[in-house]
Amino acid sequence: MSLSRLLPKLTMFAAIALVSMAVTGTASAQSATEIQLSYKDKKFDPAEISAPANTPIVIKLKNLDGKAMEFESKTLKVEKVVAGSTDATINVRAQKPGRYEFFDEYNEKVARGALVVK
Amino acid sequence: MIAALIIVFREVFEAGLIVGIVLAVTRTVPHRNQWIAGGVLAGVLAACVVAAFAGVLSNLFAGMGQEVFNAAILTLAVVMLTWHNVWMARHGKELAGELWAAGKAVVEGSKSLLALAIVVGVAVLREGSEVVLFLYGVLAGGSDSGLSVALGGLAGLILGALVCMLTYFGLVKIPTRALFATTTILIALLAAGMAAQAAAFLEKANWLTALDNVLWDSGWLLSDSSLPGKALHTLIGYTDQPTAMQLAVYVAVLATTFILMRLYGAPPKAAAPAPAE
Repeated sequence: MSLSRLLPKLTMFAAIALVSMAVTGTASAQSATEIQLSYKDKKFDPAEISAPANTPIVIKLKNLDGKAMEFESKTLKVEKVVAGSTDATINVRAQKPGRYEFFDEYNEKVARGALVVK
Repeated sequence: MIAALIIVFREVFEAGLIVGIVLAVTRTVPHRNQWIAGGVLAGVLAACVVAAFAGVLSNLFAGMGQEVFNAAILTLAVVMLTWHNVWMARHGKELAGELWAAGKAVVEGSKSLLALAIVVGVAVLREGSEVVLFLYGVLAGGSDSGLSVALGGLAGLILGALVCMLTYFGLVKIPTRALFATTTILIALLAAGMAAQAAAFLEKANWLTALDNVLWDSGWLLSDSSLPGKALHTLIGYTDQPTAMQLAVYVAVLATTFILMRLYGAPPKAAAPAPAE
């Protein structure tokens, strides 16, 4: 009886604690590395880009094609639709060194590139 | 053709799962087919509008329009799912019993159907706009492969509908008594997962920077881009690299659902089944 009354309260406290943790958590303001990338005729230019490890990365992608593409990287956890003849900004969290492949989801086999984090 | 099939199927897969669950949840509610079909139709129309204005949408909020939009519609779905669960905790008995025949219950019931129709619409909209853009790109390209892509896309859609049917028939096999508890838990997990996804979108937009450390990487065990990983991603919000914020939001939504069901649920004697933690 008392447990069933206590349980919701405990859950409530846990929720409040978590939310306040979330609100007070401080953002680490690191300066991001900005990389320019363009896309045309199922090709990324440059096909390989690089960035330093452990800093956030911002990819500025210009879709020079008339139709939409979807920039995707499974390892970078990025998925972004870029309409035809528009630019897009893609925020990537700080990464460990390694090679991270990306591609246009609409042309996955041919339209590929990679981000090398050093 | 196969490429088109895979792309379209990948996008409609998630919507298929969600529609299947909603169909099972509402299986005893009168007029549920119209509501859910309405939700799907509204989702498809909205997907076309979003696809048509993809460029404009993207440029909002300093280039983060897509992320913010996705987070917003996911949040809407979370609220609707949670509201449905709380509503069912109170009215579930009436639904099953004779009280359902009472006019008031029917009116109340359509509120819950509206909530679920919105959830369905959001699911279709999210995945649908990408399908529309893809197919439009291919067809506008004027290549002779247009017909084969259209066929591939159609096959992908049919497979998505199959996922929906399998989910539905799998769920309705569960005996009615257990079904209520099962769908309550399913919907709570679905809502928590969507909330965590909304948090992930806000993180990508840099709107949410607190607690952005990745807690673990279980990609070696189950990648969330594999098909089983994707199914779990939709159903319970599985992510192979969750941030602390995503986990916090996930737990908070589960806790909130639980508390609200207790507070506004059935009177003590009816003892609404509590979701297992």
